[in-house]
Amino acid sequence: MGSNMAECHPVGFQWVMEAKLRGATVIHVDPRFTRTSANASIHVPIRAGSDIAFLGGIINYILQNQRDFREYVVAYTNAATIVDEGFRDTEDLDGLFSGWDAEGRRYDPTSWQYQGMVAKPSTGLREVAVRMAAVPDRPVDVPEPDQDPTLQHPRCVYQILKRHFSRYTPELVEQVCGVPRERFLEVAETLCQNSGRERTSAICYAVGWTQHTVGVQNIRAAAIIQLLLGNIGRPGGGILALRGHANIQGATDIPSLFDLLPGYLPMPHAHHHPTLEAYLAMDAAPAGYWGRMREYTVSLLRAWFGDAVGPENEWGFGWLPRVDGDHSVYPAVLGMLDGRVQGFFLLGENPAVGSANSKLHRIAMSKLKWLVVRDLVEIESASFWKDGPEIASGELRPEEIPTEVFFLPAASHVEKDGSFTNTQRLLQWHHRALPPKGDCRSDLWFFYHLGRAIKRKLAGSAEARDRPVQALTWGYPIEGAEEEPSAEAVLAEINGRDASGRPLGTFTELKDDGSTACGCWIYCGAYAGGVNQVARRRPGREQSWVAPEWGWAWPANRRILYNRASADPEGRPWSERKRYVFWDPVAGRWTGADVPDFKVDMPPDYLPSPGARAEMLLRGDEPFVMQADGKGWLYVPNGLQDGPLPTHYEPHESPVGNPLYGQGANPVRQRFERSLNRTNQDGERYPYVVTTYRLTEHHTAGGMSRFLPFLAELQPEMFCEVSPELARERNLVNGGWAVISTARATIEARVLVTDRLRPLRVGRRLVHQVGLPYHWGSRGLARGASANDLLAIVLDPNVHIQEAKAATCDIRPGRLSR
Amino acid sequence: MSSGVRGGENLLARWPVLRQLRARDPLGLGLTAQSRRSAERRARIADAERVVRSVCPYCAVGCGQLVYVRDNRVTQIEGDPDSPISRGRLCPKGAASEQLVNHALREYRVKYRRPYGTKWEELSLERAMDMIADRVLATRAETWEERDAEGRMLNRTLGIASLGGATLDNEENYLIKKLFTALGVVQVENQARI
Repeated sequence: MGSNMAECHPVGFQWVMEAKLRGATVIHVDPRFTRTSANASIHVPIRAGSDIAFLGGIINYILQNQRDFREYVVAYTNAATIVDEGFRDTEDLDGLFSGWDAEGRRYDPTSWQYQGMVAKPSTGLREVAVRMAAVPDRPVDVPEPDQDPTLQHPRCVYQILKRHFSRYTPELVEQVCGVPRERFLEVAETLCQNSGRERTSAICYAVGWTQHTVGVQNIRAAAIIQLLLGNIGRPGGGILALRGHANIQGATDIPSLFDLLPGYLPMPHAHHHPTLEAYLAMDAAPAGYWGRMREYTVSLLRAWFGDAVGPENEWGFGWLPRVDGDHSVYPAVLGMLDGRVQGFFLLGENPAVGSANSKLHRIAMSKLKWLVVRDLVEIESASFWKDGPEIASGELRPEEIPTEVFFLPAASHVEKDGSFTNTQRLLQWHHRALPPKGDCRSDLWFFYHLGRAIKRKLAGSAEARDRPVQALTWGYPIEGAEEEPSAEAVLAEINGRDASGRPLGTFTELKDDGSTACGCWIYCGAYAGGVNQVARRRPGREQSWVAPEWGWAWPANRRILYNRASADPEGRPWSERKRYVFWDPVAGRWTGADVPDFKVDMPPDYLPSPGARAEMLLRGDEPFVMQADGKGWLYVPNGLQDGPLPTHYEPHESPVGNPLYGQGANPVRQRFERSLNRTNQDGERYPYVVTTYRLTEHHTAGGMSRFLPFLAELQPEMFCEVSPELARERNLVNGGWAVISTARATIEARVLVTDRLRPLRVGRRLVHQVGLPYHWGSRGLARGASANDLLAIVLDPNVHIQEAKAATCDIRPGRLSR
Repeated sequence: MSSGVRGGENLLARWPVLRQLRARDPLGLGLTAQSRRSAERRARIADAERVVRSVCPYCAVGCGQLVYVRDNRVTQIEGDPDSPISRGRLCPKGAASEQLVNHALREYRVKYRRPYGTKWEELSLERAMDMIADRVLATRAETWEERDAEGRMLNRTLGIASLGGATLDNEENYLIKKLFTALGVVQVENQARI
């Protein structure tokens, strides 16, 4: 769902086809009929933005018909956990959960908590846990909340879930999603039949799920299905994110993201984290592997600041800058419009084409003092000041744009060493084949040399703010005439070392006394033994199907996370057919096809003793070792901004109302209403749904594809897809031109009239959907309008991702007047 | 056989029936169907001086690539059959990666646009690096926030922002985050969010 895998991840899709040849049923739920649909057993067209209604329908089907994998659910999820008596559901409050603060437009999650325990989330918004920790008389993170293993208690998670989704019936799915009930029931039943002891089902998604104001809750809904059906931690199961760029996963693990430090440590918050002790007290969970957060943090600070830090200065924790709100890219770009942000680095990114409301980004960049663009080609974001659409229209004039622009040519992937982390958490090394030409340089080179120049300029400074720069460890070996820093040396720092300089083998070797340094605890082991494990390339045909000696997967080279759940509570495989990781009672250790994601010698019947900490505070039958209670979370008491359970809300722009609740859209979504970012609240003016997507032959904003002759020839021109019915309604002709408009912008595109899109019956209304690929811009060999001009900046509240997959538009035949 | 017919003996030897019989290829579906032109073609990877292992830079499937190099130039990029992920396959983008490296629109020189300028100007890489370092330090000094209105520590600048693509390597992201964090730049972002 939410993915066109055959066209966007074609080589990965070979494994889906292999599975199909072996008898698997492939279901594709997507607004468009694509090559993925053509190769699927079942294709279900769905209205863009209605995924939670569909998934909620499946959850309801599982619960009403008792199709859950009961032993798995009771033992491994929080189904039995009892929730605070103050909790009120969206069913009780017409689309809001308890704790709603209408004025601040946010939730106080106090009432969402477990009874008898405050469980900190393994990731996500820990401010919530922070506020909770201030509540007296509540034990924090004693991993034994009140439970009812019979699942009968009216406030246990299982019963809450049942009530929450009880109205997500096949009829409602039909009404909201435009999916006929028989077709929905076929999907729900197929999924249930293919899950359990003997079988597992996997759910794949891509940004068709994340780019919504309910993006996180879309994936949460899938997580609930997979936990109820016992499809997590087992071979053939899981929720598989199909990431669209070579190193999306890695850029999250070693984040160039505002809210994280490497390894999912949170950036310190100005309000909650004045000291290292406060940071750890509020964020480290006593139980599970987050119980070692002090080791991870101190080792990171030692890697960054070396001998300049010690216990006397809190390992330099006070030097770290503080966040106190959403500092993600969209607010930053709005800050350019307002004159707050003066300087901007673009490192292989093209927001003038690729970001939602791309026109706003172009105008924002025209307000900057300085801009640095590093790319292979002169992308639209580098040249907006001389040939952007606003220059053509006369809206902007180069002579009036103050922005100083530095364009620096980049090295390609074959001109530098380094690692990508693929979509399955697998790190692979790409070797330098030849040096880059001319001024082309790697970003490693750029930042190493920029850092060296800055350190030189600040060497004599006595300013307090310059101390961390002066202390920053920056002694990477350099190679060759262009003085390229050694990527392998950087990987070694990321991996970590002990006091003697020996590369660490795994993250449990990390210490909190400063004797270890490690740049990213989850990558510890990638350079174990001083060997670049990431560069391993033992041919797949010479290995088991798990192929553990190809590259290196974090953490600890585990290929399936939480794989302790592939065995039953006693440690035996759930079935011979689905045997993966299990307890060997003779050897007294976990074994199997993969590296066990569990303390390898912890027996299944282990019970924590008083005084235990971290992973030793969880039981031997609790597989979810990153969770404070060791359980898979059907219900999320902590960490989410918009509720403990997914709820169907309409997209911010929708042609229909929400039939379930008075609350239409996600109440906590982030809105930024201003003249350059108007949104449509009038269904009649923009009556159609518009969604965006990729083509096989192009790559995102086009910087790596529109400039290549082969790819430009294969997909030369921007187009829009419409159904024959919509074409009739609006006199659109196949091969002709159309003008597509939203509350933000108007663009033109060639028309493709196709049965691949079809109108859906949603309630009493026939909803038409317009499909737009988003790769084009004003430069390169293949040029065209940018679909992102049409989209609004309106964001998911948890992760600040834009709603690019569902908006409203109008479409008319003809071209833009010039 | 429009060209290259030189002698009777050769002609006989090239007679398809005879070739099929000799090669035990009765259906003519094997090498006997090959024209001389095909037989004389050489793979563009045949003369490579070295083959370097790489990873496709487009999507996150992580297909293995083999980079063929001759005379300090990438001559072709193909799928790596050893990869348990891709088994030698590449999609149209991955298969076009040789053009990603060599295409005519790639930029090789620093370009500079001065404020209110109407055209690009030349600038040396060294000078550009120095100017960028100066801009960073000046903006940082001008927009530094030591504490918020309630006296809480901030140690940061909101005057600088960064947005990286998700084709940056892990090692590159590590240096980006490390340097920017030490400088107090918190608006460090990546395509990974978008």
